[in-house]
Amino acid sequence: MTENYTALYEEHKQLGASFTDFGGWQMPLKYSSELAEHHAVRNAAGLFDLSHMGEVWVTGPQAGAFLDYALVGKLSAIADGKAKYSLICNEDGGIIDDLITYRFGDEKYLVVPNAGNAPTVAAALAERAANFDVKVEDASAATALVAVQGPKAEAILLKLTDEAQHALVTDLKYYAFNELTVAGHKVILARTGYTGEDGFELFVANDGAASLWAAVAEAGAEFGIVPCGLASRDSLRLEAGMPLYGNELSLERSPFDAGLGPVVALKSKEGDFVGRSALETAKEAGSKRKLVGLKGLGRRAGRGHYPVLKDGNVVGEVTSGQPSPTLGYPVAMAYVDVEHADLGTALDIDLRGKAEPFEVVALPFYKRQK
Amino acid sequence: MAKVAAELKYSAEHEWIAADGDGPSAIGVSAVAAEALGDIVYVDLPEVGTTVTAGETCGEIESTKSVSDLYSPVTGEVTEINDAVVSDPAVINSDPYGAGWLFKVTVTEEGPLLSAQEYAEANGGEL
Repeated sequence: MTENYTALYEEHKQLGASFTDFGGWQMPLKYSSELAEHHAVRNAAGLFDLSHMGEVWVTGPQAGAFLDYALVGKLSAIADGKAKYSLICNEDGGIIDDLITYRFGDEKYLVVPNAGNAPTVAAALAERAANFDVKVEDASAATALVAVQGPKAEAILLKLTDEAQHALVTDLKYYAFNELTVAGHKVILARTGYTGEDGFELFVANDGAASLWAAVAEAGAEFGIVPCGLASRDSLRLEAGMPLYGNELSLERSPFDAGLGPVVALKSKEGDFVGRSALETAKEAGSKRKLVGLKGLGRRAGRGHYPVLKDGNVVGEVTSGQPSPTLGYPVAMAYVDVEHADLGTALDIDLRGKAEPFEVVALPFYKRQK
Repeated sequence: MAKVAAELKYSAEHEWIAADGDGPSAIGVSAVAAEALGDIVYVDLPEVGTTVTAGETCGEIESTKSVSDLYSPVTGEVTEINDAVVSDPAVINSDPYGAGWLFKVTVTEEGPLLSAQEYAEANGGEL
């Protein structure tokens, strides 16, 4: 597989990051301790390089109608300046990717897929655009994405913006965005994230990425900001109960199995969309297994693909799991037979031959105090 | 770069063992391994009185990201385990060659061991 490097690769090297391959990209796994990075985001702030994520622009007179056809949600109904979580499915209703769509106007949208899926999503969108008056443009290679996450994120952003633009930051609602200048760079500033904390994601052209990264690190120093790698990103999103494509989401799982039924606009969209008929059938049929949260009663954590047991029989499989740094006990997400998926059900995870007790609990595991 | 303590011997599976002394030898994991594992959150050690065998698994080390088998670099009887690392496994990351030792063994036979120099060369550690 081709190795891709983000515009911030040299910064990560200088910070002494350990790298890992993720979706074909060399990404920082951690800089020092992934636990310290995790706690920094919960208590102060963390700085992430997410430039491996894709950026696909959809523009033209039929942009909204096209996205309503290509994705499972009703994207045409988003208000200008707002973002929406959605899925792109295939004709069989399998999930190709989960993504966020930002609406700039009725003829301009930005679609952000996951790193490893970005080329597939861009190709699928281009193919589905055949009968629409739209332009699909994959800008992933030219665009960097930096996230500032944590309770101090807003204070840090305010230090980097003109006072006249402060209201654009403070008044920004969750899943909304603005175009403004941060540390001298024109950015798209979105109040979105994958950590369960307040925070922002900043899209910037590649040539501004290093300077923006340095400015955020410097402004955040007094608040205790630390650079964070993919290890802490994963533990943070798991505590926040957010699915990861490849773990919880895949071509083999329907959105209904994953608890994402509300994302599929079967009722509010009148027209056809890719996967509609299969998804209607899947909804009608119901799920055999569904995604649940599991809380460990002992100290040992379940890991991806470990079997979930009820009285010694396999009734499910772990998709993600590890000790929760914030909560202090092991947490996992797993697909479990619906008859064993009720809250409070006692289950075991087969930890390499040893049954360890877990309990079905509500997701998310962690919710920040507002 | 992770430190390799010069006075110890190492197994290819990243365990260290204190060089020959009169009493039982302490065994732990190298800083190279501790760094690769990430923050260690759980250790499962052999019980006192049991016999461990060189090259065979005798426990597990679990970090936030993964689980790894613990291999014994020598054969012999376990005389003591480090209760401090069981209750606070983070010590293995912060002081792998000191307070982060795992268990002690009365050695009857050594497995194949590397000198600090050889281990550092093979695993990218720093003497």
